[in-house]
Amino acid sequence: MPKWAMVIDLDKCTGCGACMAACNMENNVAIVAPKEAQEGHVMFWMDMITSYEGEYPNIEVKRMPKPCYHCDDPPCIKVCPVGATFRNEEGLVGQVYMRCIGCRYCMAACPFTAKVYNWGEPQWIDGATTCFNPDVSRRMVGVVEKCSFCAHRLIKVKEDADQEERAIRDGEYVPACMENCPADAIYFGDIEDRQSMVHKLSRNYRAFRVMEDLGVEPKLYYLSKRKA
Amino acid sequence: MDRNAEHYIDQDEPLYRPLYQTGKGFYITAGILVLVIIWAAYMYFNQIRYGLAVTGMNQPVTWGFYIVNFVFFIGISHAGTLISAILRLSKAEWRRPITRMAEVITAIVLAIGGLHPIIDLGRPDRMLNLFESGRLQSPLLWDVTSITAYFTASTVYLYIPMIPDIAKVRDRGGKLQWLYAFMAWGYQGTEHQKKVLNRAINILMVMVIPIAVSVHTVISYIFSMTLQPGWHSTIFGPYFVVGAIFSGIAALLIVMIAFRKAYHLERYLREIHFQYLATLLLIMSIIWFYFTFSEYLTGAFGAEPHEMQIIMYKFTGPFAVFFWGMVLCNFVIPVILLSFKRFKTIGGILIASCAVVVGMWLERLIIVVPSLANPRMDIPFGIYIPTVTEWALFAGGIAVFILGYMVFSKFFPIISIWEIEEGRTEGLKEVEERIHSYLPAQTNP
Repeated sequence: MPKWAMVIDLDKCTGCGACMAACNMENNVAIVAPKEAQEGHVMFWMDMITSYEGEYPNIEVKRMPKPCYHCDDPPCIKVCPVGATFRNEEGLVGQVYMRCIGCRYCMAACPFTAKVYNWGEPQWIDGATTCFNPDVSRRMVGVVEKCSFCAHRLIKVKEDADQEERAIRDGEYVPACMENCPADAIYFGDIEDRQSMVHKLSRNYRAFRVMEDLGVEPKLYYLSKRKA
Repeated sequence: MDRNAEHYIDQDEPLYRPLYQTGKGFYITAGILVLVIIWAAYMYFNQIRYGLAVTGMNQPVTWGFYIVNFVFFIGISHAGTLISAILRLSKAEWRRPITRMAEVITAIVLAIGGLHPIIDLGRPDRMLNLFESGRLQSPLLWDVTSITAYFTASTVYLYIPMIPDIAKVRDRGGKLQWLYAFMAWGYQGTEHQKKVLNRAINILMVMVIPIAVSVHTVISYIFSMTLQPGWHSTIFGPYFVVGAIFSGIAALLIVMIAFRKAYHLERYLREIHFQYLATLLLIMSIIWFYFTFSEYLTGAFGAEPHEMQIIMYKFTGPFAVFFWGMVLCNFVIPVILLSFKRFKTIGGILIASCAVVVGMWLERLIIVVPSLANPRMDIPFGIYIPTVTEWALFAGGIAVFILGYMVFSKFFPIISIWEIEEGRTEGLKEVEERIHSYLPAQTNP
């Protein structure tokens, strides 16, 4: 059974935000009005964390793309009262939008603030309604959603592989953020496969995971010389 | 009807009076409260229509007033049943005029508090998923379970000791005969019925105590089961229970003072009752301070960075006003007012109780919000400013409580009449015998 994981090379990342835009388009993430965004009701499955170090004028800016970490022992699924969030055998953590009651306990329990909530009825700008991604269901008001590692793409990849009666090749299953990264800073693949790029990179001396001491086993590795 | 005539010259007549006479003040107050409730209902309707965007909650402060008030109201509900059960169990004779008032608080406030998580839901229409696909591993389901158990136990515990009084009201005739006749279950006060009743009360009061303790422990588990700094604490269970009893006694004192004034119950709720309850409040205040002190000292001494960030957010950051306000309301004011005889008057007790209720609400606020506003991830601070909707629903909750209490007092005696009578006839003798049994055994000369 494969175990999907992501590696983001922060030394390569320019912080351009193309991953965020690609993610929003791919997953039909609702774009909220500026006023709503100001109130903190903005939704990003792929978020960008910006931190500043040092004092003016010697400021060092750190940009860190942050999707859901798809923990192996996710705190969010432990607390869900209705089983609306789950981890499947391939290690993907998903959300059942039709079952979620919107109590937001998973959001409170997630140490990485990875989940987002539909605070209001999604309002679409003109034109957006004509180009939804048909592979991803749209969410309704009052439910929690989050990065799925583009699980809908995996379904297609699996179908192709099944038809040709072969295993999924490394680099065949590609999430939208990785596909659109101009710096090629994002890697994705099966971490259990010793030949995969992700496996090799996760063993790199630059590799680290965020808050490893919590023991939730995130499946997202960052690569950086300076350790975020 | 000789029996009825006897009742009419009952010396406890003032306790029946609110059932038959309703003044102008009652209707005016009730009218205002109904308006507040309609306002709150309208705001809630809006929230259902537009989603939780109408509240001040946001990313990352995903819980706000609703959860704060949920914890707060359920805390108040500990006044009742727990206090009355403990006092009954310990055979405190001064409990007699207090127990009913305390139990009514529990039943009403618990219903209000239990509704709050539903108000907080993004999709209340899917609430039944809790039963259809509920996960018993989730602390929220523990809550559903224990609150349901507590609500059932406390309403039964309110109702059973009320049966003799309902029978008395039934025997007096007058309005709503059928209701009282039905609710009295044919109680005539025979020896056998009395025995069964007392046994039922005894079983219930023992059962209700662990249930009540479990309720607030489990509510604290919602927070302490997560990994979030400021929440992930082993002390939370007892800390919440102590806080709940503390705020409960304060609420009980406020209600007692209000009803004493409104229904002229000075003969029944005497200075001594307030003095004793105030002493209990003082003790709880000190225990509360002990828990708070332990909780923050362990966090601050260990100084784990994330923990420290939240502690500093409360000590000196944006929540400093609320934090120090809480210490003032929950510790400084009650301890000063209740330690000195000079201040321990009804007025002083009222001020201390109001301070404690406000302080305990602040405590719930500073537990829920700062931990969410300072997530472990390096993202900007969350800011939480409640909107009109949240204030309206808060006001609505309080209005439902006051109105519910007022309406209850118009249908049932707010002070347990038969227990007062029992105190006069049996209590006196029993206490004398009890004291004799404490004294050194008499030796024959």
